[in-house]
Amino acid sequence: MTVIVTPKKAAAKEVAKDASMKKQKEMMAAHYDRLTNAPQTGEKVAATFVPGNLNELMLCFGLVNNLPEVNAIQNGLRRTSGAFVLEAEKIGHSEDVCTYVKSDIGMMAKGNLAPNGKKFPNPDVLLLSYTGCFTFMKWFELLREQYKCETIMLHTPYMGDGKITQNMIDYMVKQLKEEVIPTLERISGVKFDIDRLREHLRKSAKAEDDLVRVLQSAKAKPSPIDAYFGGIYYIGPIFGAFRGTDDAIEYYKFLRAEVEERLANGLGPVTPDGDMGKEKYRLVVEGPPNYTSFRQFWKMFYDEGAVVVASSYTKVGGVYDFGFRHDPDKPLETLAEYCLGVYTNRSLPMRIDMLANYINEYEADGLLINSIKSCNSFSAGQLLIMREVEKRTGKPAAFVESDLVDPRYFSAANIKNRLESYFQMIEQKRASARAAA
Amino acid sequence: MDASLMTSTTAGIVSRATELFEDLSFATARAWKAAEPGRKVVGYMPIYVPRELIHAAGMLPLGIVGGGDQLEVIHGDAYYQSYICRIPRSTIELGVSGRLDFVDGMLFPSICDVIRNLSGMWKMMFPNVYARYFDVPQNYRDDIGGNYYVNELSELRHDLGTLRGKPITDDELRHSIVVYNENRRLVRELYDFRAEKPWQAPAAEVYLVLRAGLVLPVEDHSAMLRDYIAAAKAEERPRRDNCRIVLTGAFCEQPPLNLIKSLELSGCYVVDDDLLLVTRWLIGEVATDGDPLRNLASAFLHQSESTAAKYEPDLKEKGQHLVRAVKRSGAEGVIFAAPSFCDPALLDRPMLQHVLKDAGIPFIAFKYAENSGQMQPIREQAGTFADSIKLWSGA
Repeated sequence: MTVIVTPKKAAAKEVAKDASMKKQKEMMAAHYDRLTNAPQTGEKVAATFVPGNLNELMLCFGLVNNLPEVNAIQNGLRRTSGAFVLEAEKIGHSEDVCTYVKSDIGMMAKGNLAPNGKKFPNPDVLLLSYTGCFTFMKWFELLREQYKCETIMLHTPYMGDGKITQNMIDYMVKQLKEEVIPTLERISGVKFDIDRLREHLRKSAKAEDDLVRVLQSAKAKPSPIDAYFGGIYYIGPIFGAFRGTDDAIEYYKFLRAEVEERLANGLGPVTPDGDMGKEKYRLVVEGPPNYTSFRQFWKMFYDEGAVVVASSYTKVGGVYDFGFRHDPDKPLETLAEYCLGVYTNRSLPMRIDMLANYINEYEADGLLINSIKSCNSFSAGQLLIMREVEKRTGKPAAFVESDLVDPRYFSAANIKNRLESYFQMIEQKRASARAAA
Repeated sequence: MDASLMTSTTAGIVSRATELFEDLSFATARAWKAAEPGRKVVGYMPIYVPRELIHAAGMLPLGIVGGGDQLEVIHGDAYYQSYICRIPRSTIELGVSGRLDFVDGMLFPSICDVIRNLSGMWKMMFPNVYARYFDVPQNYRDDIGGNYYVNELSELRHDLGTLRGKPITDDELRHSIVVYNENRRLVRELYDFRAEKPWQAPAAEVYLVLRAGLVLPVEDHSAMLRDYIAAAKAEERPRRDNCRIVLTGAFCEQPPLNLIKSLELSGCYVVDDDLLLVTRWLIGEVATDGDPLRNLASAFLHQSESTAAKYEPDLKEKGQHLVRAVKRSGAEGVIFAAPSFCDPALLDRPMLQHVLKDAGIPFIAFKYAENSGQMQPIREQAGTFADSIKLWSGA
């Protein structure tokens, strides 16, 4: 008889985390508990999206927010999204479309369980306030078909000409006044109070100040943060259910203090394997990450001493680093401006300007694009973005491909090879620059 | 062919339409522009732009729906990843190869993220060409989406007036609305005739005649439609024992002509479709008195086709346009034909299929690209579908 001896599994190494990460984890857990307990507590639930979310407004009506993209991300990180995507394809969804959508639909088909293991409640309303992505519209039509609940549309026009016009603002404010707010009043049973909205907006602005300070700390050398892999944690509360709350103010104050301490001590970012070693490469990254192999992807960077100093993905739920803050003095207009200004609602030339400026301002070595198979909003046009940013900055750019939450489209060996070649390219550029000097 | 036969027989008219279809250098549009100094051409992509505004400026609206299966894409692929549909890459190819060098402006309507982003690429790549992302409302109240849309139309009107060097007047716009009303009436007449007698107006012919409307001046296209309808009514053609289907999902990137032919060859008469929707996007007449922009906006909000790029505010209405199309045209089934990687069509498809299932309407689905060459699998699938309808439907 042949006996197969399985080697003993090594004890899992503890993942290093900032105190702020631990704090955020607690916040998220509390939020998921509140959400899944809604049927017992009687709280009303609104499903809505990250880009263009109207959290301050929802807080005015006491609605608990459920964000399907965040659920898909959670499922990606927990490696359950692959089965959900397959399930959605089995019931008729195309292999070509967004895997966030399919992960969500598949999750519903498989019991609709939240990360805490409890069932997600059915939403009382789908707040289809979206910006920068057509898929969102279809996604909520699909959810509406399942939940058969009321759906409110807030249409955000696209900044095709690189500017926000008065017509866009008027259109959005009128939608808010005459459709969104009255419907939320009816569903929640709570009368709209504009002063309450102003108060939440004031709180948002406070947290936004601290978030900007954190993200801009990456201008220092070495950067105390990783503005892509780490940045995804930093944006969590403000892009999710916490913008406009005291919790968010407290979290970002705490985070800022933590980052400023690292800055004062000349430290680099904290990675899952502990403090990052010497900073060798500074990158700007365009596009969302892959979530099913998130740590493996990140490791490919920090093992080589590469830190991301700015990223476009951390602007997908709001662009704050050019001065925009939620403004309590013009409560509805500011919600419109917020929605209009998010990264994927910006024209391609605007995106190119942003990325080229990041490379210059953050003194980066170049641009890396992680092109996502199922996200046309980000991906269509990225090859032109790459060439144009290279041309303008004189810095090399590289292109890797993966997917959001579909593990079938993460090829670790290919991505690693590309990254290694890219780092060599940066070295060569540096050597030529030294020789020229 | 004798010149009179070119306008009095279906073969002659279709031959002319085929020439226009196959001409990837847009010779007719170039000739139109060269015929008088100062003439301008404004291109537009699917699904819908108000062509009346371009016409009112004395310009030629030129429909650009990619390069089809005859265009070799050399440069365009360098701009797109493999998982993005084909229409933007072949459109870029048309641009960088100089085939659109006579085009003075390009409009990129609100349809999906790919066409949306292409508007910005066009601005970067062809900085001397007027390029505009043309947004439309997803709110259908006159005082909300309507006002927004009127202002968007005003901006476009202003820009086109600037492009020609003279503002567009209300009377010019009213005249253009009349001209396009007539064109849409003829297209509807053709569709009604085909639904009634599909053997008299084969889908590929109807498609070619419609497609000619993307490159011809509208007045010439209306004349072609009149001629074709008259000729198709006059000529007796053999009737096959085909089933009748509605083709849906093909509203942006166009299927190869061979695909449309293959459907009929395999036993499916196409009695309605969503190809080239711009030619009949507005249902019914646009009012010609009063404020022309308000009239165009009202038609868009209340009398326009349903398609995946539009939000359907009423759950009960979702997909009903397809059920109505089936009933109206006497179809026995639906074929979902969507371009690969087409987000709107492919995301909408499961919802539409549920509606059809509830209504007891059979359907099949496949994907294509504008340059798909292999028709055998599609013929087999459509043939089996036709057989199943003939053998078992309603039996």
